[in-house]
Amino acid sequence: MKQTDSIVENVAFNLVKQAVVYLPDDVKASLRKAYAEETSEAGKTQLKTILDNLALAEKHEAPICQDTGTFVFYVKAGADFEGLDCVEEALTNATRKATFEVPLRPNAVHPFTQKNSGDNTGKGIPQVHWELVSGDSLELTVLAKGGGSENVSVLGMLNPSEGLQGLKRLVVDAVIKAGAQPCPPTILGVGVGGGADAALSLAKKALLKPLDEANEEAEIAGLEREILEAANMTGIGPMGLGGKTTVLGVHVDWAFRHPASFPVAVVFNCWAARRASAKINADGSVEYLTHKKRPR
Amino acid sequence: MATYRLKTPISEAQIRKLEVNDVVYLSGTVVTARDQAHRRAIELLQKGKALPVNLEGLAVFHCGPVMKKENDSWVAVAAGPTTSTRMEMVEDEFIKGSKVRVVIGKGGMGKRTSAAMVKYGAVYCAFTGGAAVLAAKAIKHVKGVEWLDLGMPEALWILEVDEFGPLVVAIDSCGRNLFLDVAKKVEANRQRIYRKLGFQP
Ligand code: SF4
Repeated sequence: MKQTDSIVENVAFNLVKQAVVYLPDDVKASLRKAYAEETSEAGKTQLKTILDNLALAEKHEAPICQDTGTFVFYVKAGADFEGLDCVEEALTNATRKATFEVPLRPNAVHPFTQKNSGDNTGKGIPQVHWELVSGDSLELTVLAKGGGSENVSVLGMLNPSEGLQGLKRLVVDAVIKAGAQPCPPTILGVGVGGGADAALSLAKKALLKPLDEANEEAEIAGLEREILEAANMTGIGPMGLGGKTTVLGVHVDWAFRHPASFPVAVVFNCWAARRASAKINADGSVEYLTHKKRPR
Repeated sequence: MATYRLKTPISEAQIRKLEVNDVVYLSGTVVTARDQAHRRAIELLQKGKALPVNLEGLAVFHCGPVMKKENDSWVAVAAGPTTSTRMEMVEDEFIKGSKVRVVIGKGGMGKRTSAAMVKYGAVYCAFTGGAAVLAAKAIKHVKGVEWLDLGMPEALWILEVDEFGPLVVAIDSCGRNLFLDVAKKVEANRQRIYRKLGFQP
């Protein structure tokens, strides 16, 4: 289907641009609150600079950060949406186009030859995660993931007897080890169970949840609060210069595990937590979900 | 905590006045350099050869910018700092050979760099990670580019900046290192957190 093909490409292009230029409202609100509450002087300067930078990025329609990240697309595909076989190609084309037109930093490097593809596409990139659902619409979400925060990801294959204590300790240690590197204040995605790969995928996908959305499972919501409080007791602070704002939010997701394994993954998102979503209906109409008021 | 407005070339005396937590706004010439540029520069310096730009009294910026060409001249689109720890093993040699006075980056640097800063008279300034548009707007003019063969992020971009900041002095020339101080406090807090969550130490 040529037509849905170009709609998907256009929407994906708009999402990439929205994501790298405008932070979602929940993240902005959280940063503003942090600025109001931060007591460390150096930390407050950092949060002020972040807020000034966000305003400038919006004004000039320029990417918030020079590391525009690598692109991960999450596709919630209605089985009856026409042209599913062309979606991946459309996402690749949109990424390439955005690289030249926004512009984005070319961030796709061959791991063995070090050659940069120049357009943010290549084998395995952009990454596409599929979820097949019933219906005839297509929901697209893009995550622009910076390298600084990706580099401090942690996977622990815990001994199941370590239980929740082991999980909490792993996360606290990961936050401390990461220090200033992921550009705090960060958002933590914690994936529990599944297998090694599932835990990491769940952790990364958890970063898509808005900060103002509490976990629907009360016990997990409690765990998230406990981890958040502990992370902010570290004193790492904005950009590692000291202060009480180290983490803005924690999202935990889980899956059943093998009796002998207890995988726990922690994936960080920097304060530039860039994500955008839209839904394409069967009739070709588009609803932008995260950036409703933004120009496109 | 004092605020300084400095202009390059910066003298050693000016640098020796700065203390950790001071805020600096910098005007003049700043040159970007990341891992590969540092390595190439040191190779040249060790052979006694000159760098394509004389860095004496200037600032080096750990940054891989997004640049675009408009009517034959380069314009900075986004130019935030990159993680400085990647340059920790080479920065001391770089400071020694290039006589650069200010190193700008994010995330801080370690003992080796601190020692070189005491010895040669230089400071490390933290610029807010990710604040790339703010940085780009302070860049008034791209004066030139060298080593573009290393790729856009790794090249030496020679930038004319105006009131670039706020930069927080995080390592001064008296050996104080804000990041190492914070790290010490964080270590102590780790034990508090462990106790609060009921872990065995
Ligand atoms: S960690 Fe995030 S904010 Fe920091 S430099 Fe990377 S992408 Fe930018």
